[in-house]
Amino acid sequence: MSRPVRFNIHPIEADIKEAVGVAEAPEGYAGEGFFTTQLSSVVGLARKNSMWPLPFATSCCGIEFMATMASHYDLARFGAERVGFSPRQCDLLMVMGTIAKKMGPVLRQVYLQMAEPRWVIAVGACASSGGIFDSYSVLQGIDQIIPVDVYVPGCPPRPEAILDGFIKIQDLVGQESIRRRNSEQYKLLLNSYGIE
Amino acid sequence: MTLTNDSIQQKLTAQFGEGFFTFSEQYGMLSLEAPKDQNLKVLQFLYDEPTLAFRFLTDICAVHEPENEGNELSVVYHLHNLQANVRLRMKVYTSIQDPRIFTATRLFESANWMERETYDFYGVNFVGHPNLKRILNVDEMDYFPLRKEFPLEDQTRIDKDDQMFGRG
Repeated sequence: MSRPVRFNIHPIEADIKEAVGVAEAPEGYAGEGFFTTQLSSVVGLARKNSMWPLPFATSCCGIEFMATMASHYDLARFGAERVGFSPRQCDLLMVMGTIAKKMGPVLRQVYLQMAEPRWVIAVGACASSGGIFDSYSVLQGIDQIIPVDVYVPGCPPRPEAILDGFIKIQDLVGQESIRRRNSEQYKLLLNSYGIE
Repeated sequence: MTLTNDSIQQKLTAQFGEGFFTFSEQYGMLSLEAPKDQNLKVLQFLYDEPTLAFRFLTDICAVHEPENEGNELSVVYHLHNLQANVRLRMKVYTSIQDPRIFTATRLFESANWMERETYDFYGVNFVGHPNLKRILNVDEMDYFPLRKEFPLEDQTRIDKDDQMFGRG
């Protein structure tokens, strides 16, 4: 069906000034011709605005993610334009859907193949806690096998919720200390999952 | 001659003798119970006899009835005569202490995976099966999850408070 004419007679001119956002500069000391700041803030700024998500979608939450990626909700607005399907190139593992116990080792393998720094977001009730599938065959939350940074509740969560979870990940990425991945604490965390 | 439940019943009784089977009929579908050591002979007869010709194995599954002492497990075969479009259900009972049943893989290739699934969930030991190992569950699983003594819910979970679910 063609679009009714009445929608087209007074097209609104886009206000480009409002539409284009520029990331805020980190705190620092500015003078004439120079600017000093922490390395971690600059690295965090760059990382958080160019995340490469790896979608690990197994069920209905994956369908919601497809909507999130598509033009209406548009995850690309947050710098996650490029969804990769190779764990070697990605830095955000998005687990969406029920993970059966038999799928557990596969998910773990995908996580191990990702290079540091890497983040994990568990989208939906099943990935976070097993959801309604309190059953002998379903993993009761992916945090039993890999560390998770952000949980998105919902069954399935709406695209807004996934975007909110993504923004939370961006906050984590932006504030992360550049030495965190080398810290003793982080090693202990990985060791508690049997990863060295 | 059309294949009816009565005619199937007569042919089977003529071949195996009176009192060999227990027949019943549910929703128009003939169901028969056979002794567990004779399951292959009955399947073979149902397959070979040209007037019966039950040559398609629709399904194999098991049922666990803990209150039925000595016959806790039953293996159920669903057979189909594709020419006459007649279906048949055959049950074989076995005790849970000694759940050994002859495999139907020599007769039906499709029985291979179905029997593996039945083994996986109920622990029925199909004697003579070429590759009797778990098919759907994780290999490390050390129990048969669809037996009634095992609760459906995952027992490894510690964060669920029963009171929140109204069963405290």
